[in-house]
Amino acid sequence: MNFDSEVFLTALTSQGFRDGAVIAIALTVVSQLTAVAIGLILAVMRESRLRLLRGASWTYVWIFRAIPTLVQLLFVWNALPQLFPVLKEEWFSAFIAAWLALSMNEGAYMAEIIRGGLLAVDEGQQLAARALGMTPFSVFRRVVLPQVVRVIIPPTANEFITMLKITSLASAISLRELLTYTQQEISITFRFAEFYAAAAIYYLVIVSVFMALQAVLERRFLWSSQRGGAGRLSTALRGMGAR
Amino acid sequence: MTDSEQKLLLDPALLGSADMPGAPGATGPLLEAVEIRKRYGRNEVLRGVSFGVERGDVKAVLGPSGSGKSTMLRCLALLEPIDGGEVRLEGRTIGVRQSGSRSVRLPERELAHQRSEIGMVFQRFNLFPHLTATGNVMLGLTEVRHRSKAEAGRIAGDILERVGLGPRAGFYPSELSGGQQQRVAIARALVMNPKVMLFDEPTSALDPELVGEVLAVMEELAREGMTMVVVTHEVGFAKKVADRVIMMDEGEIIEDGTPDEFFGSPRHERTRRFLEAVH
Repeated sequence: MNFDSEVFLTALTSQGFRDGAVIAIALTVVSQLTAVAIGLILAVMRESRLRLLRGASWTYVWIFRAIPTLVQLLFVWNALPQLFPVLKEEWFSAFIAAWLALSMNEGAYMAEIIRGGLLAVDEGQQLAARALGMTPFSVFRRVVLPQVVRVIIPPTANEFITMLKITSLASAISLRELLTYTQQEISITFRFAEFYAAAAIYYLVIVSVFMALQAVLERRFLWSSQRGGAGRLSTALRGMGAR
Repeated sequence: MTDSEQKLLLDPALLGSADMPGAPGATGPLLEAVEIRKRYGRNEVLRGVSFGVERGDVKAVLGPSGSGKSTMLRCLALLEPIDGGEVRLEGRTIGVRQSGSRSVRLPERELAHQRSEIGMVFQRFNLFPHLTATGNVMLGLTEVRHRSKAEAGRIAGDILERVGLGPRAGFYPSELSGGQQQRVAIARALVMNPKVMLFDEPTSALDPELVGEVLAVMEELAREGMTMVVVTHEVGFAKKVADRVIMMDEGEIIEDGTPDEFFGSPRHERTRRFLEAVH
């Protein structure tokens, strides 16, 4: 077998990979958080009494789920500046374009996940909260939302991991994330196996960290007086292994 | 419940100094339903329901399922808009305002404020699963009464103690028995210092051996002078605790009397048949 472990190790510890990983993680986090916010708004709109809001939400989800993510990414990066000259300026970087495209795309998926979470909340509790004299906003924030969060943690963690991998699409708009760097180095060295393996290691490590964070979050929402050191990483990791 | 013999559930020092039972200037029924009508689509659930509850009285509401008892309670608690008639609290019409000759439902914010004066306890407890017993009791205090967390926590702990749940204050609803959950639910309504408490079949979802502990708390409340409307199938409770008993059937009140009259010599044939059936 022709696998040069020295090339592999040098690649693994190179500055380029580290920078690429930082960009991938940053893009994942900001895009997913924005997507959650977009999804929440869309989900609430979808349950609205106003037909216009329901329709607008439905249309958004329809469009952004239907069109391939890569097409949306290329559209934002190449077509939008043509339509809006203000985007031709320096500040509209590949990172911002990727952030915009990925969060708008992911928002459509999050809308459905959060809507499922909203439907899972027992109506009796909203009735009880209203009977206490809580305003609709207060009922939503203190009674509905905490329960929605618990329900949507596992699917949202899934989306988070998917998002990390989707950031590699941004290599198509020359954002210097992990895959862009990998391909650039391969084009110089032609060491495919070593560089792809190094990239794979980075993705593995990052996803593992995400999974640990998910376990911490899930523990926080256990709603049990017996949860002990809930929310602490060490306890969560032990829990993760036990499953 | 040994504690509650010394410590009152309705303790002005704990709940704040809103008017206590028998406050001066109180005349007429505390809570009154006047010709309430309610329909869902073409189905008329309440067909002109009228009754009053005097201050400090307990009114038991009996009737077959589907007779409109729960709907009536929800209308009294302003949780459902009514299609006709009015609800009065201390002689004042609530839930609506007059606009010319029409009555218009109040905006949600004002309804919320009026609801906070009426306590409601549900058949299925409806506790908030993401909060401990203390958290459940605190929420209304912090969100509606704008008390500080520290103060709300102190009041919640105290009231839970008085319903016999001191050691369970830090437990989540899923860790409590049905009877304990319902006592938390009663405490949650009680800390708001409501003028009246409405109970919607509070023991119907409980295992038989847990019914007693909930009825004991309700009895104590009645003894201390809380005004209560209790939809129930517990004939024993109605006989022992209620001042008046009413019978509902097909969206109407067909019998309204003292427990002696009601159970001794019901005037209506349907009441007689119902009482035979539940016994």
